[in-house]
Amino acid sequence: MYNPYSLEGKTILVTGASSGIGRQTAIEASRLGARIIASARDKERLEETLSMLEGSGHSFIIADLSIDEQVEDLASQVEPLDGFSCNAGIPGGQLVLFYKEEQIENVFKVNTFSAMMLTRHLLKKKKLKRGASVVYTSSAGNVFCAAIANGIYGASKCALDGFMRSAAIELAAKGIRCNSVNPSVVMTAFQKNSGITQEQYQKELANYPLGRFGTPVDVALAICFLLSDASSFITGTAVKIDGGSTL
Amino acid sequence: MKTLKEFVELFAEQFDALPEEEISASTVFHDLDEYSSLTALSIISMIDEEFEVTIKGDDLKKAVTVEDLYNTVKSKLQ
Repeated sequence: MYNPYSLEGKTILVTGASSGIGRQTAIEASRLGARIIASARDKERLEETLSMLEGSGHSFIIADLSIDEQVEDLASQVEPLDGFSCNAGIPGGQLVLFYKEEQIENVFKVNTFSAMMLTRHLLKKKKLKRGASVVYTSSAGNVFCAAIANGIYGASKCALDGFMRSAAIELAAKGIRCNSVNPSVVMTAFQKNSGITQEQYQKELANYPLGRFGTPVDVALAICFLLSDASSFITGTAVKIDGGSTL
Repeated sequence: MKTLKEFVELFAEQFDALPEEEISASTVFHDLDEYSSLTALSIISMIDEEFEVTIKGDDLKKAVTVEDLYNTVKSKLQ
């Protein structure tokens, strides 16, 4: 059957694969034929993710990307990749008046620095094959719109997108593409732990022309498109997945 | 200090399209099709990382062959 979106024969590293968008990306990519290397901190939840994948040959590697050595170890352990979906991230809601440098550093460490360094280590260790696609999960919030208390998280994602664009130019000669997906509110455990009340969500929903918040599947399928050869001519792009909410 | 052979290998790694065996100590690297501002930056960064030596654009310009550049790095180490 004709399917330019197929991931058949591709080995894809998915970080943040123990929950939310990362887990869903692993699932959808496996359904499209990819062999998944899932990574996250929690063994039990990673095993759960693995049990949800279709096909065979999948594996997982436990890594805490807030620790430098583990970022490099992860790059050492993976086989050469056709794709890398970078999802590891932590929330960081705070009003400017209450910022602490430590919180800013923690959020940037995982959301931005680990993505940059993992990319670096994968390159250095020649783990990104020619034609590979790297997709960073960024955010619509504070990249395409602004929200109160989203300065730290938003800045970490703006920085990630800024990095992605440079990487796209630099790695083009190696045939490697780099893009990001930028979702608005997606209902995951990550979002539920963000401290936003049900009432606030109801109010926020009024800003969504499509009448609902995103789901992990919405984002995962966009990631799969960018991982597939169907997007061969797309690099350096930030893809909004926001139900029209930033228009 | 790394040997000339090791330097040539590291140098060749900075080129994406060119097969590594096409670069030798006597290669006039400015004439390579793939030699560009990006590869030049890669070479400067590689020398910084591997040899802890900072070379400048001028050093790259003056070097004709890969071996010349190796000698530049060597002279800065002394």
